[in-house]
Amino acid sequence: MAGTAEAQKQISEVTGDYKYGFVTDIESERAPKGLSEDVVRFISAKKGEPEWMLDWRLKAYAAWQKMEEPDWARVNYPKIDYNDIYYYSAPKKKDGPKSLDEVDPELLETYAKLGIPLREQEVLAGVQGSAKVAVDAVFDSVSVATTFREELKKAGVIFMSISEAIREYPDMVKKYLASVVPVRDNYFAALNCAVFSDGTFVYVPKGVRCPMELSTYFRINAENTGQFERTLIVADEGAYVSYLEGCTAPMRDENQLHAAVVELVALDDAEIKYSTVQNWYPGDKNGKGGIYNFVTKRALCKGKNSKVSWTQVETGSAVTWKYPSCVLQGDGSVGEFYSVAVTNNYQQADTGTKMIHMGANTRSTIISKGISAGKSQNTYRGLVKVLSGADNVRNYTQCDSLLVSSECGAHTVPYIEVKNPSAQIEHEATTSKVSEDQLFYCRSRGLDEEEAVAMIVNGFCKDVMQHLPMEFAVEAQKLLGISLEGSVG
Amino acid sequence: MSMLKIKDLHVSVADKEIVKGLDLEIKAGEVHAIMGLNGAGKSTLANTIAGRDDYTVTKGTIEFEGKDLLALEPHERVGEGIFLGFQYPVEIPGVSNLNFLRTALNSVRRYRGLEDMSAAEFMKLVRAKAAELKMDPDMLKRFVNVGFSGGEKKRNEMVQMSVLDPKLAVLDETDSGLDIDALRTVAEGINAQRRDDTAILLITHYQRLLSYVQPDVVHVMIDGRIVKSGGKELALELEEKGYADVA
Ligand SMILES: Nc1ncnc2c1ncn2[C@@H]1O[C@H](COP(=O)(O)OP(=O)(O)OP(=O)(O)O)[C@@H](O)[C@H]1O
Ligand SMILES: [Mg+2]
Repeated sequence: MAGTAEAQKQISEVTGDYKYGFVTDIESERAPKGLSEDVVRFISAKKGEPEWMLDWRLKAYAAWQKMEEPDWARVNYPKIDYNDIYYYSAPKKKDGPKSLDEVDPELLETYAKLGIPLREQEVLAGVQGSAKVAVDAVFDSVSVATTFREELKKAGVIFMSISEAIREYPDMVKKYLASVVPVRDNYFAALNCAVFSDGTFVYVPKGVRCPMELSTYFRINAENTGQFERTLIVADEGAYVSYLEGCTAPMRDENQLHAAVVELVALDDAEIKYSTVQNWYPGDKNGKGGIYNFVTKRALCKGKNSKVSWTQVETGSAVTWKYPSCVLQGDGSVGEFYSVAVTNNYQQADTGTKMIHMGANTRSTIISKGISAGKSQNTYRGLVKVLSGADNVRNYTQCDSLLVSSECGAHTVPYIEVKNPSAQIEHEATTSKVSEDQLFYCRSRGLDEEEAVAMIVNGFCKDVMQHLPMEFAVEAQKLLGISLEGSVG
Repeated sequence: MSMLKIKDLHVSVADKEIVKGLDLEIKAGEVHAIMGLNGAGKSTLANTIAGRDDYTVTKGTIEFEGKDLLALEPHERVGEGIFLGFQYPVEIPGVSNLNFLRTALNSVRRYRGLEDMSAAEFMKLVRAKAAELKMDPDMLKRFVNVGFSGGEKKRNEMVQMSVLDPKLAVLDETDSGLDIDALRTVAEGINAQRRDDTAILLITHYQRLLSYVQPDVVHVMIDGRIVKSGGKELALELEEKGYADVA
């Protein structure tokens, strides 16, 4: 134990920047290294899954083997050796905690350090008037705790790890799993289907407004381990839910793979607000290490007048490949995408959205703010597609890029495919640099250089940040400042 | 005691010498005015005092309360008690005036080893200052200087000054672009800042401001140097005869 504390101290002395880079010293249990049918069976068995689930995974694995890794994104990274990764790692435990009292104190400690209180009484004892947030904590490959379940259950809301949902609500899972992102959708999605180990399942019944914010906190801890989480959120007719995910990982020299799939389903008049604060370890100043964040997120606005709103603040990861999208199937449904993507040093981000308008009178709004610093590359890639049967579609897209250094790159790649002449599509794009005048103005009011950059960048992102739930907005603002440390000059 | 002491200052901008050997001493309790032709280097001097990077001091010294000012970062100078009112205040989209002011004030307080000011106390302070300077409270919620008229921007500079309460205020043409009523309000604001323990350096083209804020010393700056100094009557003389005859 003393050894770990010492190591942590050293790490923070060396880097100082990435606050979450520590390692938790906990015994873990792993699948054998590499990927094979046996590993898929191992994961399924570990989860105590029914036969149908194992079959589903094996089919996905077979499909994945025949697929090619995509190379169209504007990102460069060395070829990933999929046999050099552990696909399952879980903290050792006897039976799985029945209650929070049984959760390993080392884990509780870890989450406390990350600023995520898992003990409900701690949440309640927090600042008066602060909103309650229920948390599902995923540590490497497994969910270690889910809070406020009883209270949510009273409202009829199901909030649990997806592994439990597969056992307890198999019909619901069967009905919706891969209904939005098909198994063969893309290379990383197929891989996820084969090996996903945990994630969150949410169901909000008809007419219920979920009484609190729901969130999942993902933490990668173990070495050489990939994290493949799976999230499925279903909002039944007239339901409302706001969900937030946060992510961090220790600082390591090697790259680690994170390939998640998130599916959202909104039925008639339902609304889902999904927010992400992504702060995976971005690698060091020279581009060594960091997470490969290859994520498929898609929402199906299935019912009429349903609404899905994606808000993301992406500051971490060495490489990000991510396009949270909306399939607007129900007439009158609404899709929104609000994004801030910050890249510094050697980070690369290729991110954006797809808005697929299938229903009549569907509307979408895209606001993307890309901030590039250091030698990073930041690409917005977005598709707005209007099918021929979709009358009176509207889309508004605004893409703004802010350059903090002169060696970085900002790119905007919009695709627009309109097959119905009644559509109204608007696209605006700007690129600007943080000006010397603005910096000096802030500095001459007492802000140091980094505070000045953070202030200007936060102003630039205002239109997006205001869509984050209040409880997280402040944290996200600070994060923007931290991510850009050392970026000036 | 001398608050600001500038000796043989030379400043270059983009490899061109703009300030060419300037001496200036301001004591606590004094108000000095600098007048001079366009391009004489007045703003360059003001920006150099505040510490702008791209203004290179090639020779000379600036001391503030006995400290070597040139060794300090811009924000440290603010902490020490220097404020620059900009000739052209800068717009910062997305940042509300209130948030900007609060961040500024708390940064300065932290530099001075004080606790952050509570939100309630801060609001009280800002509302009072805005009222003194007759600024519409709604402007506090707007983004810093974005879409402000020329006069509104100058008034905003004054609100910032009075919230930060500096020891030395350098006001670069704060009177330009103000209507007659606003000029009077701004002058009252400057006079309120005038105390035994503060000093003010006004850069202006107009005698009118100086009739409201009576300076102790008036300097004439031409081509990077102070060529003449005198009492407040010098400003009147300049207005009558122009720079060619006086300097
Ligand atoms: N960044 C720059 N690059 C080149 N020349 C500059 C730069 N900044 C200032 N100058 C030049 O320095 C000279 C002095 O400018 P400064 O703004 O100090 O004048 P001023 O006395 O304040 O004039 P005004 O009364 O018009 O405000 C001008 O000739 C100006 O063009
Ligand atoms: Mg000037």
